[in-house]
Amino acid sequence: MTSNKNNPVIKAFQEQILNAANSKQALSIQGGGTKSWYGNANQHAKLDTRSYSGILEYQPEELVITACAGTPLKEIEAALHEKNQVLAFEPPHFGADATFGGAITAGLAGPGRISIGNFRDFVLGARILDGKGQDLSFGGKVIKNVAGYDVSRLLPGSMGTLSLLLEASVKVLPKPAATATLRCQISQAQALKVLNEWAGQPLPLSASCWIGSATGGDGELTFRLAGAAAAVKTAIPLMSSLVLATEIDPQTAQTFWNDLREQKLNVFDHLGSEQTLYRLALPAACGPLNITNADPQIVLEWHGQQRWIKAPGDEATFEAIKKLASANGGHATRFKQGSNVDPSFQRFTLLSEQAHSKALELVQARLRSAFDPAGVFATSRLP
Amino acid sequence: MIHMNMVTPPPDLAAISALQSKLVSALRPILPEHALLWEPEDTIPYECDGLAAYRRMPLAVALPETEEQVAQILKICFAMQIPVVPRGSGTGLSGGAMPISQGLVLSLAKLKKIVSIDSFTRTAVVQPGVRNLAISEAVAHLGLYYAPDPSSQIACSIGGNVNENSGGVHCLKYGLTLHNILRVRGVLMNGEIVEFGSLAPDSPGLDLLAIMMGSEGMLAVVTEVTVKLIAKPTLARVIMASFDDIEKGGNAVAAIIAAGIIPAGLEMMDKATTRAVEEFVHAGYDLDATAILLCESDGTPEEVAEEIARMTKVLEESGASGIQISKDEAERLKFWSGRKNAFPAAGRLAADYYCMDGTIPRRHIATLLKRIQGMEIKYGLGCLNVFHAGDGNMHPLILFNGADQDEWHRAEDFGTEILEACVELGGTITGEHGVGIEKINSMCIQFGEGERESFWGVKSAFDPEKLLNPDKAIPTLNRCAEYGRMRISGGKLPHPELERF
Repeated sequence: MTSNKNNPVIKAFQEQILNAANSKQALSIQGGGTKSWYGNANQHAKLDTRSYSGILEYQPEELVITACAGTPLKEIEAALHEKNQVLAFEPPHFGADATFGGAITAGLAGPGRISIGNFRDFVLGARILDGKGQDLSFGGKVIKNVAGYDVSRLLPGSMGTLSLLLEASVKVLPKPAATATLRCQISQAQALKVLNEWAGQPLPLSASCWIGSATGGDGELTFRLAGAAAAVKTAIPLMSSLVLATEIDPQTAQTFWNDLREQKLNVFDHLGSEQTLYRLALPAACGPLNITNADPQIVLEWHGQQRWIKAPGDEATFEAIKKLASANGGHATRFKQGSNVDPSFQRFTLLSEQAHSKALELVQARLRSAFDPAGVFATSRLP
Repeated sequence: MIHMNMVTPPPDLAAISALQSKLVSALRPILPEHALLWEPEDTIPYECDGLAAYRRMPLAVALPETEEQVAQILKICFAMQIPVVPRGSGTGLSGGAMPISQGLVLSLAKLKKIVSIDSFTRTAVVQPGVRNLAISEAVAHLGLYYAPDPSSQIACSIGGNVNENSGGVHCLKYGLTLHNILRVRGVLMNGEIVEFGSLAPDSPGLDLLAIMMGSEGMLAVVTEVTVKLIAKPTLARVIMASFDDIEKGGNAVAAIIAAGIIPAGLEMMDKATTRAVEEFVHAGYDLDATAILLCESDGTPEEVAEEIARMTKVLEESGASGIQISKDEAERLKFWSGRKNAFPAAGRLAADYYCMDGTIPRRHIATLLKRIQGMEIKYGLGCLNVFHAGDGNMHPLILFNGADQDEWHRAEDFGTEILEACVELGGTITGEHGVGIEKINSMCIQFGEGERESFWGVKSAFDPEKLLNPDKAIPTLNRCAEYGRMRISGGKLPHPELERF
């Protein structure tokens, strides 16, 4: 990409990788450690990315920012904010020290994901060190680029199991000209119905969150509109009259969406020591789900396509949840575990547990070994 | 894309004929008679795709009608170690579907059913041979459409779009194929049926759907695609702005984006193009303008009114010498007609034209255009410039006469120099047409040995025997070494009579 090949920090990374390869040890890549609880537990030596930090190139009129993996995420967002631009998929930080690279490789997205896409939709290029310590660049800094396989888009969500991300170029967007947040009381089934109907109309619906009881009754639906000022203004009366919603003030709204993204809302508090916070990723068609022994209070984001459920952390419960998600065309993750839940539990749904994915296990294994023949990044953090 | 003829010399005929009989007798039991072609008069339509300069006859062409047949064909070819070239509508512009002499062409054209449409979840499940535009037509009554609109959308297939990660005029705002596909079902070279992605927002494991996008038929054969549908905007209007200076036009593009506007389309044409198309379509273009910018807004009427006002202000501040805003749909289409007819208009100016597809950072648009002006003199050939200015994707059309071998070689060198300039300016050799066979040498310039080795690693992860479209997109080490030697000899090619891919 941009930086010179003789950078001493990169040289040190290369040495660490080669030493690990020679001694048949794996390295657990870490930035600020804000998401160290996410993914399968491992005890491998750390490779700390934070020594490679800084914004390398940012030209607002190109809608692209290029930065080192160890750059604090808040530094990136501050630079964008100054030019009235954003990472539109709103990646969660989960702590003050979150890094750019950590956010990319975790691949998580916030409320805006449903209308705008996820991290991989915005990655344009990446510079990596592979498991042989080779300094490689894929993709680029332009929006349209079909030269070679799109390797850089394999990195979001790869959890450090493919290569060491050094630098990434990510597409950014202007902040919407106007936003408004509305709230109403409505049942889960009604919320799922109306959100999907709205999403199929030319309305500026940008995010949604329903919080309520899985066992029935009304819950609280909060939804956000974003776009041209005129579009938002016209949509407010139209949409609010349908669900009897009222607009909430911009400051409260901003705090709400931020707290939702960072899981700081009350509903995420008090995860029992024997409990696990499950994440379900589901198709739009999936109606309300009932999970035995789960806390009644649940959170639905992304028009119901991402659901948060607290339930016992044991294997049988995860099996049941995985089955339910899979039967509905989705998958489930043990997102966060209570203090007494076995840390060695598999946190993810396996490819072999999904319809028509079994053969991809071998493809994935070969892909990893192509980039990392010695298994330097084979931490199993992501199966 | 090149419009001219160049025929490949035939390889060892006896060996090919023996292999052909073997393959045909193996495939016959699993395919209806009309679905297997091997006589030259039947297979000749498959000798090339939209890049007609590169032709080759395959051993045979299979036209399966079911996914099961696709899987069986692949199993047979896998067992016989016969390479397979998948093909959609054959509209590709980089020779990605050019046959392999000792291989099979696997046409997906007969898999052309729209399997299901779901307005509630805004999705459609379609077979790979369904035409891009047919999807939007099938869901128009629901107020929905499929957003990516490559210029060949009347003819190109969705399976081909997935394999090329096709763009279009509206991808600045609505994304590429990649952003509008939820799930791809396909068959690996060994005959195994797999699914990439799902209807959920993400899937377990590495994001293999992402790597399938734009993989040029080299990783798996697509048999079914679930596309995302979006709400059709109620209105679209376009501004046509003239500039007396190419630099001002280029800067206006950057200024619109910097003002926080993402136009639905942002296209530019240079003076030569404007003159050529005006003669063809009579759209009333400003013939004195050095550059013409088309800037579109879509959405609700209120949204469009607001955005058009903001765009107009920026264009005026950027020094536009003239601004016209489409009053109605008829006028909007008229403004667009020239841009959409740039290719046929080029065809009227010269016997042949060669269309490039490099992408550069927007701020270098004027720099590249000026360099191309210099190259026109250097190579003694004219060039029309039309491009997706909003995303820096340039389509220079180099004009030449293919009957003149020297002109063709100059056109090729002209093209290569443009691509090298794109890479040097921080861009890429192909924005949306793919590498195919055409730009495979330029891959040696854009990527180093390590990256190319990694690409082969990706290929082998899906297709360890390297049987699926193996001669496309990713150059071998030997090819790049050979190409390097060829480039060193001062632009003079050692054997000008030999075909060079």
